[in-house]
Amino acid sequence: MSQKEQEIKFITGNVAAAYAARSAKVQVISAYPITPQTTVVEKLSDFVDSGDMPAQYIKVESEHSVMAALVGASIAGTRTFSATAGQGLLYMSEMVHWAAGARLPIVMTIASRGIAPPWNIWADFTDVISQRDAGWLISFASSHQEIYDSVLMAYKICENEEVLLPMFVAYGGFVLSHTSKPVIIEPDDKLEKFLPPLPDEKGWPHIFIDPERPMMHGNLIMPSGFYYEFRMKIHDEMIKSRHIIKQTALEFEKIFGRSYGNGLIQEYKMDDAEVALINIGGLALQAEQAVDELRQEGYKVGSVKLRHFRPFPTEEIINIAKKVDVIGVVDRDTAFGSPTGGAVSSECKSALHGTGIDTTILPIITGIGGREVSVEQQKEEFKKLIKLKETGEFPQDMIHGTLWDGILEVK
Amino acid sequence: MVSLKELQETAREEFFLAGNSTCAGCGLELALRWAMKALGPKTVLVAPASCLNVVVGLWPKTASNFPFINMAFAAAAAAASGLDAAFKAKGWDDMTSLVFAGDGGTTDIGIQGISGAAERNSNILYVCYDNEAYMNTGIQRSSSTPHGARTTTTPFGKQRFKKNLPAIVAAHNVPYVATCCTSYPIDLYEKFKKAKEIKGFRYIHILAPCPPGWGFASEDTVKIGKLAVETGFWILYEVENGEFKLSKPSKKYLDHSKRRPIQEYLEIQKRFNTLSELGLVKWQENIENAWKHIELELELKDKSEY
Repeated sequence: MSQKEQEIKFITGNVAAAYAARSAKVQVISAYPITPQTTVVEKLSDFVDSGDMPAQYIKVESEHSVMAALVGASIAGTRTFSATAGQGLLYMSEMVHWAAGARLPIVMTIASRGIAPPWNIWADFTDVISQRDAGWLISFASSHQEIYDSVLMAYKICENEEVLLPMFVAYGGFVLSHTSKPVIIEPDDKLEKFLPPLPDEKGWPHIFIDPERPMMHGNLIMPSGFYYEFRMKIHDEMIKSRHIIKQTALEFEKIFGRSYGNGLIQEYKMDDAEVALINIGGLALQAEQAVDELRQEGYKVGSVKLRHFRPFPTEEIINIAKKVDVIGVVDRDTAFGSPTGGAVSSECKSALHGTGIDTTILPIITGIGGREVSVEQQKEEFKKLIKLKETGEFPQDMIHGTLWDGILEVK
Repeated sequence: MVSLKELQETAREEFFLAGNSTCAGCGLELALRWAMKALGPKTVLVAPASCLNVVVGLWPKTASNFPFINMAFAAAAAAASGLDAAFKAKGWDDMTSLVFAGDGGTTDIGIQGISGAAERNSNILYVCYDNEAYMNTGIQRSSSTPHGARTTTTPFGKQRFKKNLPAIVAAHNVPYVATCCTSYPIDLYEKFKKAKEIKGFRYIHILAPCPPGWGFASEDTVKIGKLAVETGFWILYEVENGEFKLSKPSKKYLDHSKRRPIQEYLEIQKRFNTLSELGLVKWQENIENAWKHIELELELKDKSEY
């Protein structure tokens, strides 16, 4: 069905993801229910079975088959969508890599949850971080509207012939997936301008199904063949996709009037900030409230929302580091055994290496398995950064050089 | 039923081309060559990990002159379902989404995806070419390896019997299930022709003898396949919309006395050369039991037809 007028709907993050798939005129959906993503697949079932969305919906028997089905559907040149979370993403992992290796512009939302055991279904980005080297672009949404908007932007970025890679749009389970907020659903005329439907007969430039020009895809390639070069191209084009992401965010802002920074990161009150806190997902939005409250108390603090983890916004992180003396980098994920224990802080440190910038990074891990992170707690994080700046003193009770904020005492 | 001579005249076009790197006497090659003659060029083949990935040609060469997608081991049935969904979305009504998988990819790692696709009645044709072990990785046992067969992971012969996958698929109440053998190309060709015209989930299970894996001379592939049918071990049949039908080459073996002794099949394959006397008895019992099931199926229909 068409969406003639712009509408503001009071919906959950999951329903916003489903609306985004409808607005993007997705042709093939495959999905499997998993908490906390399930209401995405339910809403899509409503859309498709009621005739509100003219898509093929393959309700498969496992997540592995979800991505296998989308790989098949995308190879044949259709726009495809799925949603998953936690264990489902891990079970799908083989095909996640396959989708990127085949250079297919599949878009999938992740209502992130903690990895078992023990069972955990609450916000924790370890699931999506576990796929960081698969060759997918990885973006994080911090609000209901951003989920909807990010999915639209994702297709535009992924289908760009200079990119042709898949993308995750991740957001925290329950925090965003099951809470409701007003979300603007855009009308068809604007949507078509931003993201036209795929032409019927055309496949992708590199992969297609056409009996008139039969193609073999993915056959065994010897070490002396181009496997190595194919892999390099994935990295090369992922890095180059930074400018497509920026360009897409600009175009999105022009058509729909909503800004997402430069697409890769979004700064909040950073111009005169003395310390900065970098967050992913919903905590980034909440940190803006902490900034506002602290600024009323006279603290010059700023917040940075990392919208993309892949490609990593190296240049942007360097620029942030040039502005402030101390940066707190918050991971709502674990990267066991890595330099900091968190994926984002490890990479931020790595980004600054060799630049000659002596900005101090305080790695912070928080909110694991959905542990609540309050605004007060975030304000305390900022205050620790200020103390670090003023005195050079790191917080007490760090664990291997990282502040595990909000952790219970373990005996 | 057409004659082989007629078929050789009418089905001249080749889709799985010469110059591929199958072993001499490969059953898979016969199976795919005749299947594609029946299906024609508007077919996309999905090949999960198997010999087929390799024998079709190393990059950048290929022996397939039709769309061919290599796929992860457990992913074939779902990937083909995805292709079919895309064809529906695009309004391409004349494409056949075909899976060509080995017995490992089908009866072991792929069975969940097959069961899912069968239950959904996805519009795909799933083919298992059954060479009764993981041949591509060097002859390891699969759940389709028969009793007594030596493989590199059953060095003293496998204890358990072959998993009856056609029956498992048929239990999903799909529109079409058939068994074939590469030694009966006319039967195979006609079953593929029929399957092509049916909508929904179709399953064809082909016994495809493997000279290096089974231990027989490469010129004996057709002979071995014929013995599999003539001894009554491999039964050719169709289940169309739930209706069981014994195929012509197997019909006469409903009569126990027409079957050749199973020893003739077993003794010319090196993989069975450690089979014990007891193992042989088990084989005989197993064949008798299989035919009892066939008789039961037929009793539900008009037995006099046979």
